[in-house]
Amino acid sequence: MTAKNTIYINGLGNVSPQKTADNNRFLDEVSRVESNRLACFEPNYRDFISPDILRRMGRLIKMGIASSRICLEDAGCRMPDAIITGTGLGCMEDTEKFLATLIRNKEELLTPTSFIQSTHNTVSAQIALLLKCHNYNFTYVHRGWSFESALIDSMIQLKNGRSVTVLAGGMDELTNGSFEISRRLGLWRRKPVDTFGLFSHPAKGSIAGEGSAFFLLSSVPSHQPYAILDNILTFSLSNHNKLLPSALSSFLERSGTTIGEIDLVVCGMNGDTSSARHDKELTGLFLNSGIAAWKHLSGEYMTSSSFGLWLASMIMKHQVVPEAAVVRSMGDRPIRTILMYNHYLNLNHSFILIRKP
Amino acid sequence: MPSRIFVTGSGFISGLGNNVQENLTSLLNLRSGIGPIRHIDTVLKDELAVSEVAMTNDELMRYAGLNDQSAYSRNAMLGIIAASEAFSHAHLHLHKGLRTGLISGTTVGGMDECEKYYQDFLTNDSKNRFIDIYDCADSTEKIADHLGLRGFITTISTACSSAANSIQFASRMMNAGKLDCAVAGGTEALTKFHLNGFNALKILDKKPCRPFDASRNGINLGEGAAYLVLETEEANQRTGNPVICELVGYGNACEAFHQTASSPDGTGAYLAMKKALDMSGESPDSIDYINAHGTGTDNNDLSEGRAIERLFTGKIPYVSSTKPFTGHMTSAAGSAEAIISILGLQKGIIWPNMNFSTPMPELKFSVAAKMIRDLDINLVMSNSFGFGGNNSSLIFKKYGIH
Repeated sequence: MTAKNTIYINGLGNVSPQKTADNNRFLDEVSRVESNRLACFEPNYRDFISPDILRRMGRLIKMGIASSRICLEDAGCRMPDAIITGTGLGCMEDTEKFLATLIRNKEELLTPTSFIQSTHNTVSAQIALLLKCHNYNFTYVHRGWSFESALIDSMIQLKNGRSVTVLAGGMDELTNGSFEISRRLGLWRRKPVDTFGLFSHPAKGSIAGEGSAFFLLSSVPSHQPYAILDNILTFSLSNHNKLLPSALSSFLERSGTTIGEIDLVVCGMNGDTSSARHDKELTGLFLNSGIAAWKHLSGEYMTSSSFGLWLASMIMKHQVVPEAAVVRSMGDRPIRTILMYNHYLNLNHSFILIRKP
Repeated sequence: MPSRIFVTGSGFISGLGNNVQENLTSLLNLRSGIGPIRHIDTVLKDELAVSEVAMTNDELMRYAGLNDQSAYSRNAMLGIIAASEAFSHAHLHLHKGLRTGLISGTTVGGMDECEKYYQDFLTNDSKNRFIDIYDCADSTEKIADHLGLRGFITTISTACSSAANSIQFASRMMNAGKLDCAVAGGTEALTKFHLNGFNALKILDKKPCRPFDASRNGINLGEGAAYLVLETEEANQRTGNPVICELVGYGNACEAFHQTASSPDGTGAYLAMKKALDMSGESPDSIDYINAHGTGTDNNDLSEGRAIERLFTGKIPYVSSTKPFTGHMTSAAGSAEAIISILGLQKGIIWPNMNFSTPMPELKFSVAAKMIRDLDINLVMSNSFGFGGNNSSLIFKKYGIH
């Protein structure tokens, strides 16, 4: 085992409310809708999964398998050394199905299929099962830090030399039940809104979303890697002011960079007035950088930062910010360093730094 | 060069008792926590045997000194009680300068409250304060708040190996230089949800479970929480905490055989144990005791037994499953059984595999049916396997042995 210092993003796979499943396209045709919830464009799962297994499989599992397969193929990797996933709520469809049947039938006549699929590790276990991959397999389930925890673990696996390739992903699904329940908590706009007016017309609540994005991370670059995954930090802030700037400066210092070197900030703003404060504070520190956003494209969910990292990686590779993602243009500045900032409900904050290979 | 990882504290609540000492006393007196269901309101009440924590939710709240204006799941309260015990045991409240992480495993999360109020969630706003506590992260956040931990925290869910994987990940975070010490383990309260799930899978025994017995017929579920305090060697020099033992090896592998069943040849179990052994640098012969996953199902015990035979080709260590004491604590099983293994290591005791009478004809070895005392035990292995084939193994070593 030798310590490795550089981690490359060699492949991507993203099933989302945009047409992202085809890696040859980059938001050239954007879905703009009037709604307070977004659903994934799902690929034809028969391209990835045999029909006899597909029939019984929950939707999040299908999304996870399709996006992981796209990612492995993109990177030319057949068997990853580790599979590490993050999911805020796991397989909600199966969980709700088992729970509703349990209540309705008063604990009688239950079949185990939806219970079996309800555990949060089902996606990463099913990916391993279909690949016959006996390697390291982990699932993180910590709200807005689920995907970030998976990335932190992935980076450790690669840096300590235990793995050369890690398949890392974040995924959550939106069901009618989970939408209705979270709507009661005031998480979403009360009425359908133009998704592209999310930031120009801030109000209480965001729009609900879902998705599954995978990344093939490796200590060895492919012939054309998307980006270098440089650093990641999860942190929380108390109500005390000025903590975000100091968290930022110590993160940048530890990453060997400065505010001036950040060409683009990819920010997880979600149009909710109750959570806009931190986004404004953060982006306000970057006077000369471009700013891009993603939640009007993906919706808000606990692992939406996986969509954010997909966007940042594609921007790095193509050296262009798609018009649909631009919040503040960066002109002709070449893109060498991108900082991603996200937080979930003001609680789970994170920074991710990627660089041009 | 990776740092040595020391165990310096532990906390444990289960059907055997509310703290480590009470659990130990029950173990020494061969007192099982398994009995009829008392707390959960289920139609299975008179049918199944489980190991419940003795206290009701109101009693847990008072015991933990919590404010009942906030919403607490049983899961969170069990976690707070065990993690606080571990935290105080290692006097971590005195060592503010250390980067202390919290890594907790759970799978049912706040399902115990959610299953009571699900219809209310969907139709009215009366129980909204319980919505927020449904997800797995809630118990971890509540524990962190209670202990005043503001640094790195995360939650792992790999079903029944969650707590063992928390201990592994905590150790890797420390070796990567990201943490000085960590509170790591898992919590799981019994719920109607998973009681009925396991029941639908037809893998629950109505009688006390009999792991590795020819007549075994399934699992008794249990509940509780267990946490270890882990410190790097450097952090230990600062805390001055007595070292209980050393975590010298761990392995994680995926069986990739079936979502809930283990393979007949025990590939996943073999790989997890082999990786742990390779990391420890110890020979198979030097392992003194294996605290087996040993759920009592036909499938697990055969698979795990064959994997043990495959890895330990010379001398097979003493093997027992302590699930006849605690029940299967699912996401908390890994850390609970790590603590039981460590107690054996400290006291020179091999814990008995209770309810055992007839060896399995498929296996060449037999488990330890009776308690064995006054042994010199240096190395213990603890296995935890979960749905999805998420298999893990941990190895602890007596401190000061070379």
